[in-house]
Amino acid sequence: MLEAAWIIPALPAVSFVVILFFGKRFPKQGAEVGILAVGASLVLSIVTTVEWINRVNDANSGEHGLSAFFGRGFVASAGEHTAAVAPVINSTKWWQSGGVSFGVGTYIDGLAVMMLLVVTIVSLLVHIYSTGYMHGDRRYTWFFASLSLFTASMLTLVVAANTIEMIVGWELVGLCSFMLIGFWWEDPANSRAAIKAFLTTRVGDIGLMIGVIILFFTVHSFGVLATNTYASSPGAQHDLLLAASICLMVAIIGKSGQFPLHTWLPDAMAGPTPVSALIHAATMVVAGVFLGARLYPVLYDGFSIGNGGVNMMALVGGITILIGAVLAFVQKDIKKVLAYSTVSQLGYMVMALGVGAWVAAVFHLFTHAFFKSLLFLGAGSVSHSGTHHSFDMREMGGLRKYMPITFWTFLIGSLALAGIFPLAGFWSKDEILVNAGANGFDAFLIVGLIGALLTAAYMTRCVYLTFFGEYRGHAHPHESERSITIPLVILAGLSIVAGLINAAPLGIEKFTEYVEPSVAFPDLLHADFDYPKAILSVSLALLAIGVAAFYWFRHEELGSLKGLTQRSKVAHAGYTFLENKYYLDHLYENVIVDGIRGPIARASYWVNQHVIDGVVNGAGRGTALVGRFAYNTVDQRVVDGATNGLAYEAGAAGEELRKVQGGQVQRYALFLFAAVGLLSLALFLTNSL
Amino acid sequence: MELNQFLILSAFLFCVGIYGVLARRNGVLVLMSIELMLNAVNINLIAFSAFGRTVAGQVFALFVITIAAAEVGVGLAIVLLIYRNLRTPDLDAVDQLKG
Repeated sequence: MLEAAWIIPALPAVSFVVILFFGKRFPKQGAEVGILAVGASLVLSIVTTVEWINRVNDANSGEHGLSAFFGRGFVASAGEHTAAVAPVINSTKWWQSGGVSFGVGTYIDGLAVMMLLVVTIVSLLVHIYSTGYMHGDRRYTWFFASLSLFTASMLTLVVAANTIEMIVGWELVGLCSFMLIGFWWEDPANSRAAIKAFLTTRVGDIGLMIGVIILFFTVHSFGVLATNTYASSPGAQHDLLLAASICLMVAIIGKSGQFPLHTWLPDAMAGPTPVSALIHAATMVVAGVFLGARLYPVLYDGFSIGNGGVNMMALVGGITILIGAVLAFVQKDIKKVLAYSTVSQLGYMVMALGVGAWVAAVFHLFTHAFFKSLLFLGAGSVSHSGTHHSFDMREMGGLRKYMPITFWTFLIGSLALAGIFPLAGFWSKDEILVNAGANGFDAFLIVGLIGALLTAAYMTRCVYLTFFGEYRGHAHPHESERSITIPLVILAGLSIVAGLINAAPLGIEKFTEYVEPSVAFPDLLHADFDYPKAILSVSLALLAIGVAAFYWFRHEELGSLKGLTQRSKVAHAGYTFLENKYYLDHLYENVIVDGIRGPIARASYWVNQHVIDGVVNGAGRGTALVGRFAYNTVDQRVVDGATNGLAYEAGAAGEELRKVQGGQVQRYALFLFAAVGLLSLALFLTNSL
Repeated sequence: MELNQFLILSAFLFCVGIYGVLARRNGVLVLMSIELMLNAVNINLIAFSAFGRTVAGQVFALFVITIAAAEVGVGLAIVLLIYRNLRTPDLDAVDQLKG
C-alpha cells in the first residue's frame, strides 16, 4: 500500500462520480456509496500506516510489526532517530513541456499517513452523522457527492508528491468548501458567506501560486523531496527561500484562517453542520497547516526559525490565538464560538511551526481534529433535536437533562479543547508550550498560556449557556437518533485517548518516532516534558473554568459585574468593538472593496494631506532648529509643493481614471482593439525600419 | 486566385466583426459579430493551408469552429440571463461594475 497509496484518494473520487450520476437510484440515495468508499479509504489508510510503522522499525532495529509500535515505547526511552527512513515516492510523468517534466504521484511518509488517518476517520464519521442530520434534505444526494469530492481533494493534497499536485488538491478543497458552505444557497446570506470564503482564501491561493513558482526557479524541480532537500542543504539561497516563505505564509494565512484573513471562517458556519465539522477538523483549514508542515524546511530556513527571536510565522500564529479566543466570548451563536475557537487553535499550530515545534504542531492538528469535530457535531446534534434548527445559544439552556449523550460528549470535547489532563488537548497544547519555551521563544510561551486560559473560559461559557440553566427555546428537546450519537461517542473516545499516542512523560513519543521526517529535514530540538509548565497550564485552565463557572452560575448574585457592559462606557465600547469583530469586515468590505471604485483616490489624497504633510512639517520644524533659511525655502516651497502636487495629481488622476472604468464591456473592447491596433502598427514600423 | 484576395476578404470580414462588436447594442448581434471575426480567422487559416500545402491550418479551422459553437452556447446563455434579469438585451444597460 505504500506504493499504491493513490487508491486512497481515488476511491472517494470515484464515489463522487457514481453518486453524482447514479446516486438517486440507490436505496439510500447514494449515502451508502460515499460511506463505503470512505470506509474503504480508511481501511487502506490503516494498512498504509501499519506498513509505514514497519518500515521505520525495520530501518531502526529490525524489530517488526505492531508489537514494536505498542511495546517499545513503554520499555525503552523513545524518540531516537537512529536510521534515516526515506519517504516512499511513487511518481509518473504527467506531461512534459520545454524540458520540464511535470510528475504526478504519491509521497508517503509519517506526516502523510497521519493525515490520511485523520481525514478518513473524521470524514467517515461525518458521513455517518450526515445520514441522520441531513435526512430529508432536498439535495441529499448532491450533499453526499460533494462530501466525497471534498474528502478526495483533501486526500490528494495530503499524498501529493510535488507542489503542482498540491495546488490541485488545495484548489479543489477550496472549491468544495465553497460548494458546501453555500449548500443552502436559497438564502442569500449563505451564498454570500460562500463567496466570501472563496474570495478570501483566494488571496492566500495567489500566495501559494507565487511561492511555488519561486520555489521552482530556486530548486528547478516541483518535487516535495527535492524542494525539502534543497532547503535543508547548506548551500541554499536564503533570500529566495525567504521570499518563498513569505508567499507560503500568505497561503497559510488565507487557508488556515490566520489573522488578518480569518474573517471568512466564522461566516463559513452558514454551511450544514457536518460540513463545518469537516472543514474545521480534517480538511480545508488544516490544509494550510499541512502545507507549512510539508514544506517545513523552506519555512525553517526562510524565516530563520532556528535562531529564535520573533518571526512572521510565530507572530501571526500568536496574534491569531489571542484575537480568536477573545472573539469567542461575545458570540451568541454556538457554532461561531466553535469557529473562533478553531481560529485560535489554528493559531497554536501555526505558532508551533513558527517556533520550531514541528512535532507539536502536527500533533495538535491530530488531536484537534478529533475534539473539534466532536464539538461541531455536538452543536449540530443540539440544534437538530434540541432547538429546532437554531444555533442561537439564547434559545438553548438546560439541555443537559434532555440530551445526556450529547451533553457528556460535548463536555469531553470542551475539556479536551481546554487542555485538561489527561485528555487529548492537554498533551498537544502542552508540547507546543514546552517547545516554545525551550527553543527560546518565551514571549510565545506566554501567549500560549494566555490562550489556554481564554480557551477554558469561553468553553465554560459555551457549555453553561447550552446545557445548564433553564431551557429558553420553544421546541421539544429530545436526544438525537443513533446515526448522530454514535459518531459523537466514537469521537469522544478518540478525544480522550488520542493524546496518549505522544505523551512524553509516559515515554511514548510515537509522533517523534514515526511522523517526523528523518531525511531532508532540519534538526529540531525535542524539549523534555516540563512538569512546572504543564501544571501551570492546567491550573490556568482550571482557574479559568472556575472563574467563568462562578460568573455564569452565580451571575444573578453578582450585582456589580452583571450588566457591566450596559453601564460602564469603557466596557461597552470594548464589547461593541469585539461584537463588530475588530471592524475587520468593515475594513475589507467598506474600505477596501468600495474604495477600489474611486474613493481610494480621495483616500490617498487625504493620507497625503494629513499623514505625509504631517511628517514633512515635523521634519521641517526639526530643520528650523538648524536653520530657518532651509525651512523657508526648501521645505515650504519645494518639498511641500512636491507632496501637495503629488497628492493633488494622485487625486485628479484617480478621478480621471475612474471614468475609464465605465462598466460597459464594449468600451473595454474598444480599448482592447485600439491597443492591439497600435501595437501592430508599432510592430510593423519597427520591422520595416 | 491569389492569396491576397483571401486575405483582403478575411480582413474585411474581421473589420466588419470588430465594428459590430463595438457598435452594436444588442447582445445577440454582438455575439454574431464575434462569429464573423472567428470566421475571418478561419478563412485566413484555410487560405494559408491551401497555398502552403499543409493540412495543419484546416485542422485548426475545425477546432475554431468547434470552440466557436461552444462559445456561442455560453454567450447566448449569458445574454439570456442578462435579458431575464434586466428585461433588455441591451449591453449598455449592463454597467453594474461602473467606477
